[in-house]
Amino acid sequence: MRQTNSAPLWKRDGVRSVLASLLSILIGLVGGSLIILIVALTSKNLNLHSAWEAIRLVFLGLFSTGRDAAGGLTFGFNPTSVGNMLFRATPLILTGLSVAVAFKTGLFNIGAPGQYLAGTAATLFVALEIPTTVVPAWIVWILAFLAGMLAGAVWGSIPGMLKALLNINEVIACIMTNWIAANLVTWVFDISNLKNVVENTKSGYIYKTSFNGVQTPKLGLDKLFEGSQVNGGILVAILLAVVVYIILTRTTFGYELKACGANRHAARYAGIRDKRSIVLSMAIAGSLSGAAASLYYLSGNTEFFWSTYQSLPATGFNGIAVALLAVNNPIAVVFAGIFMSMLDIVGLQMTNLTAYNEYITDVIIAVIVYLAAFSLVIKSWLAGGHRAKPAHPAGGGADAPDPNAIPTDAPGEVPAAPGEAPAEGKEAREK
Amino acid sequence: MTFLIRQTLIYAVPLMIVALAGVFAERSGIINLALEGIMIFGAFVGVLFVRILQTAGWFDIAKEAENFLALQGYMLLTMLAAAAMGAVFSLLLSFAAVNLKADQTIGGTALNMLAPALVLFLIRILANQNTLQLLSGDAASWFMIKKTTLGFDKSADLGFFGETFLHKVYLSTYVCILVFVILSVLLYKTRFGLRLRSCGENPQAADSLGINVRRMRYAGVTISGALAGMGGFVYALTTANCSANGDVAGFGFLALAVMIFGNWKPLNVAGAALLFGLFKCIAASYSSIDINGDGVFLLANLGINVNFYRMLPYLITLIVLAFTSKNSRAPKAEGIPYDKSTR
Repeated sequence: MRQTNSAPLWKRDGVRSVLASLLSILIGLVGGSLIILIVALTSKNLNLHSAWEAIRLVFLGLFSTGRDAAGGLTFGFNPTSVGNMLFRATPLILTGLSVAVAFKTGLFNIGAPGQYLAGTAATLFVALEIPTTVVPAWIVWILAFLAGMLAGAVWGSIPGMLKALLNINEVIACIMTNWIAANLVTWVFDISNLKNVVENTKSGYIYKTSFNGVQTPKLGLDKLFEGSQVNGGILVAILLAVVVYIILTRTTFGYELKACGANRHAARYAGIRDKRSIVLSMAIAGSLSGAAASLYYLSGNTEFFWSTYQSLPATGFNGIAVALLAVNNPIAVVFAGIFMSMLDIVGLQMTNLTAYNEYITDVIIAVIVYLAAFSLVIKSWLAGGHRAKPAHPAGGGADAPDPNAIPTDAPGEVPAAPGEAPAEGKEAREK
Repeated sequence: MTFLIRQTLIYAVPLMIVALAGVFAERSGIINLALEGIMIFGAFVGVLFVRILQTAGWFDIAKEAENFLALQGYMLLTMLAAAAMGAVFSLLLSFAAVNLKADQTIGGTALNMLAPALVLFLIRILANQNTLQLLSGDAASWFMIKKTTLGFDKSADLGFFGETFLHKVYLSTYVCILVFVILSVLLYKTRFGLRLRSCGENPQAADSLGINVRRMRYAGVTISGALAGMGGFVYALTTANCSANGDVAGFGFLALAVMIFGNWKPLNVAGAALLFGLFKCIAASYSSIDINGDGVFLLANLGINVNFYRMLPYLITLIVLAFTSKNSRAPKAEGIPYDKSTR
């Protein structure tokens, strides 16, 4: 797969991945703009001028500073928007990491929303139930964060175990555990005493963690980005991304995970315990999604709407988009997460300033995911050379629900040099 | 009991038709994870179509003339529109999966994200809120078949059969069952069906016998899209009072579970859909279910939390999958892009 460094810059694998992702983003943004234009042209109430404003916001929403006295859009550095972007990026980076880690092991973790909910419940219970009059708030914070990660890990390992032991397709198991989590979390909060009854203006919410004096330290970031919700959580998220990167690229354990993803049968032949790898990969993925929820709700200014049995948190699904955009590279996930949250800000500005609404940004994200499904086609098209290969952008087995369907371990497929195992195994399977 | 059967059917029928949609796609070799998204899109198109007919005044004219047949006709027309747009929407999946040999799971996920986003974007612009409702009246007043619709007196007793299947029902339920039977026969008793199934089992062999695998897979996904779009509208009509809000409460995913539970075979799928419909019905209205008609609400008296009933369908799916995974037989070639050069 990886080409030698003597190849021209634009033909290198990494460069092409970045270019393909940037192209996906561009197509996504243009697609969103086109929809705005079509809506404006077909609607009686909307004119072309409003469409032009909305399209400018699609591309520059982060730098929007509102409207001037004459009613025109103004642009400039907006510290509140940038800070809020970083705040919203925190959970997205982590759910993106979650999906990426599972992808590396050949698993499609569509269960991130459920793991996120499990993390939410555990975090909120620990953060609100341990009285800060007895235990120092920072200890409660750490306990709540760990509880969120643990709950997510447990929830993630359920589909992992079903996959490893009973060979149940992880996609369907994840979808089921998502909805079980949604109902279970609703149930748990329904019978809890954590429903916010103090602030009567809103009903159906759980107390903020700041109600118990527990919140993520701001670390001066709020001074840097005035008026925004940003806090130290973003640094924790970036730290976790680096840790995941090191585990995946610099440790034997990470190598085993990737080998399983590239070819489970070859990995087992080479003496790797594939079942253990699958369960652990899902547990790590789950813990990252749980951490996403922990950091989001421990910020102290976010509230959880507890009656969630009919909907799943979008943060979990958007993690899929983040991971795909980042081509499952943990460091790239940080940037992809920040980009996705920038789209969030774009949506907010759009709702506030124009007749259009924030859902257009979800359309853009969906278009990007759609393009990611055949990113290999785009990549080889960028290279200009060979014809499109069958696309397996997820780095392996996420495509087939039934692993038996994949032609299995013919001895000839097992590579002699262990250093090339994942790539070679995959190539052999595709041919 | 009457109430229980009627309600179960209301939930089971969309599940059944959408699960059949999944069967058609997967039997042709394409995983259609986008069922949920297509349902959402179909529901939106259906409600929008009804609104357009209402704006044109057709509904009021029919109502005034007491022409209930025309109203039912409009409903069938709407189902057709939803099916057509569902099929168009599913082309996005077949294009990615067949022409570009893309990852079908991710492609389906993309459509699942695209549908609610697009639908909510449009609904907000059309209606200035997050739900698209009918311009006037509701599903029951326009489309529901009641005793009076059929020319009986309000107090007439139609017997158990009549009360259950003719009173307070929707024509769409029976149309869906009819479509289900016809398509099941198509899948198993016709040349087209055999060819479609062969593409999901061994496309290389099918190709060598002169079957156009691409075209068959397009056909499978397009039929799938049409059924899911129609199912989406039927869901919106019968359980959401003919409104669309970019959400079908996970019905598309549940249909996927029903399909796997039913082992990709129409008859088993129908049985599984009835079972799941029963659970959904219990979750939605357990407090008013009076099983033997003696005025005792058994399930409500058990004192089990409603969330447990809501969770039950998903929990049972997982448990059943755990026990049946050994016998479950997915189409062999599903999820694998067909490449001629691998022949």
